[in-house]
Amino acid sequence: MPETVKVTVQRYNPETDDRPRYQTYDVPYKDDWVVLDAILYIKDHLDATLSYRWSCRMGICGSCGMNVDGYPKLTCSTHLREYKKGLTIEPLSNFPVIRDLVVDIDDFMAKLKSVKPWIIRELEQPLGAGEYLQSNNQIDHFRGFSQCINCMLCYAACPVYGMENEFLGPAAIALARRYNLDSRDEGSDERVNVLAASEGIWECSFVGECSAACPKGVDPAKAIQQTKFDTVNGFVLGAMLMPFGSRK
Amino acid sequence: MDFPLYDVLIVGGGGAGLRAAIAAAETDPSLRILVVSKVYPMRSHTVSAEGGAAAALRPEDSWEKHAFDTVKGSDYIADQFVVETFVREAPIELIQLEHWGCPWSRDPDGKISARPFGGMTTWRTCFAADKTGFHMLHTLFQTSLKYDQIERLDETFVTSLLVEDGRCVGITALNQRSGAMNAVRAKTVILTTGGNGRVYAFSTNGQICTGDGMALAYRAGVPLKDMEMVQFHPTGLPSTGILITEAVRGEGGYLTNNKGERFLKDYVPTKMELGPRDIISRAEITEFEKGNGFEGEYGPYMHLDVRHLGEATIDRKLPFMRELGLDYVGIDIVHDPIPVRPVEHYMMGGIDADITGATAMPGLYAAGECANVGLNGANRLGSNSLSECLVFGAAAGRAASQFAREATAPTSNPVDSLLRDETRRIEKRYLEATDGTEKLSTIRGEMARSMDENVGVFRTGEGLKNQVAKIEKLRESYTRLKIEDRSRVFNTELTAALELDYMLELAEVMTLSALNRKESRGAHARRDHPERDDVNYLANTMAIHVPGGKPKLSLRPVRITHWQPQARTY
Repeated sequence: MPETVKVTVQRYNPETDDRPRYQTYDVPYKDDWVVLDAILYIKDHLDATLSYRWSCRMGICGSCGMNVDGYPKLTCSTHLREYKKGLTIEPLSNFPVIRDLVVDIDDFMAKLKSVKPWIIRELEQPLGAGEYLQSNNQIDHFRGFSQCINCMLCYAACPVYGMENEFLGPAAIALARRYNLDSRDEGSDERVNVLAASEGIWECSFVGECSAACPKGVDPAKAIQQTKFDTVNGFVLGAMLMPFGSRK
Repeated sequence: MDFPLYDVLIVGGGGAGLRAAIAAAETDPSLRILVVSKVYPMRSHTVSAEGGAAAALRPEDSWEKHAFDTVKGSDYIADQFVVETFVREAPIELIQLEHWGCPWSRDPDGKISARPFGGMTTWRTCFAADKTGFHMLHTLFQTSLKYDQIERLDETFVTSLLVEDGRCVGITALNQRSGAMNAVRAKTVILTTGGNGRVYAFSTNGQICTGDGMALAYRAGVPLKDMEMVQFHPTGLPSTGILITEAVRGEGGYLTNNKGERFLKDYVPTKMELGPRDIISRAEITEFEKGNGFEGEYGPYMHLDVRHLGEATIDRKLPFMRELGLDYVGIDIVHDPIPVRPVEHYMMGGIDADITGATAMPGLYAAGECANVGLNGANRLGSNSLSECLVFGAAAGRAASQFAREATAPTSNPVDSLLRDETRRIEKRYLEATDGTEKLSTIRGEMARSMDENVGVFRTGEGLKNQVAKIEKLRESYTRLKIEDRSRVFNTELTAALELDYMLELAEVMTLSALNRKESRGAHARRDHPERDDVNYLANTMAIHVPGGKPKLSLRPVRITHWQPQARTY
């Protein structure tokens, strides 16, 4: 077991740096540490000026996504023992860097809202009438897509988003699908335009980097393929049924 | 300078905050609403809640039963009127969340399912697998996006409340991205900032749980209530403190000691693994002291065993637990028992607020874990807190909206000078000071470890007195804090320093409140005062800030409606 491990971190402070630079720290090695523990050690003992996001340290809040040796990872659930020979930590690809390992995800926040990720219904059942009935099988249709923690690893992994920032991206499309597939929802018509108009969706070649990167098994690549299929069918069907009317 | 003005400003974007925002938007669509969070809302710690949310939804259940369980669980210092209101509202709130899309696990008839939970006499803990908090938070956040009038300031750290003639009229806040200080005016402010578990070293809480709202209210003169009441959850992973949900026991898991015995037969014989958290945590520590724990690198631990449940049940009902076991312990809970020990989990104490979330300060409201509306008393029952966020978040949102509609807008004039003073304070204290010597992480580490030691599951007068002295010393060290990072943009050392300032203040109140309560009740177990004392302490501890001095403590009798105190045995 090594006594220390070399952790190289990409640093960038817009107030003092023209461009990113790399800094290497010797961090004690512990077999049960995750990569985030090494970063916390740097902050607490070696260099208090390092900036990054983290909170739950149990793989559910989605804050601590970073590139580890070039691959997007949740650092709180990536073990240090996989990198005994040293590792390089960089901010997630495809996002503007605010400082050090902190990236700007406002673009995703806007895209998330644009797909209307909420239940849309013609008529609301009053609360007094109780819950909408739903079977566990019906939940299984969208369960996978509902596991998204918005950690942004899929955007960092996505070659299309890297070239075409207008692309809605894997997580937003998966969440749109999550609602489209929910038996309580009637809003897929409202989402189809946003999804179809999305730049880049047709460039997605289903190579599936997003699904490979996802730490929660969401499989956004599947959502994108389903969306392409639905979009084509939806438009054709819509044009046939309502040649003169505008779609809601 | 003209500062932006909102009708309802909410500090904190977790379960309570987002529920409050939606309630305000639905009360009056013309209201301007702002959610200010130091993180993105979906990072809030609600996300980590696992087991479920309690509500008497099933036909065999009743609000009376839920109320009695809660009152008994509280060891009789919950406000019984508040409890009654809560249990009547909770079912409506869970249905509301269902209508908004929360993927509650279902019974075969398609209705929301429920599981047994500690201290609850019937199945009333509704759940979305074992990621209930995650699903609730994302459902609330995504639903909040529907309302254009709900605006947000993400990653913005609140440094003080603006107070004008005794009324709360807004906040000052540090924009983490730019490093700029801002003021925002508001007719009402709702604090929903969650707990302060990070005053402890071994805690289930995320690093953001630093009690910001509690400290903000306290410094503004609003009393904190029952700050000695801290919940220790009996099943945390020994190395990290990651929570293993009570649902593991709800679904039938066993807790066993190193003799292979289900040791709870000696402590909560009628409830066994479904006893309340305070009693089970004490039972574990008592067993450790008898030498009945397993020995590990992080001290003694117990086994939590679900092997007999089978893979299918585990994957359907506890998939996240299996994932956590694999990721953080390297075990598969289908085949191996889970090592666990008591871990700090939840703060019963908080900002004194009434049933609408109103505090002693006009215009200031509080809900969720940062508040103490009187629901949890000396021990919260598992799964009441998620429902609490919904019921009291909604109540506070509605009450604040009503207040805002009738209130006059605060003027801008004093805000200008208040912002100037606050900006100056932070610059001078943190970014310009050159004489600092003390390291932030050292002070924080010492605070957290000493709180573990002296204000833990069992307490003694001597340990608490030592802790008072320790906190005093750490606060003195803090005056000589050295900030290494002098830059503006995303300076997380600065925000950590501001958080530590809040936590040291709260740690002092917690310790003094614990020293003041010379009895054992609920989660507050004094070895030197092992009995409950209803003659002197059937009451809430009130702590009021005294600038430059120790908090002023007093006891306030509790409200009893139906249920007279009786011995709390299970």
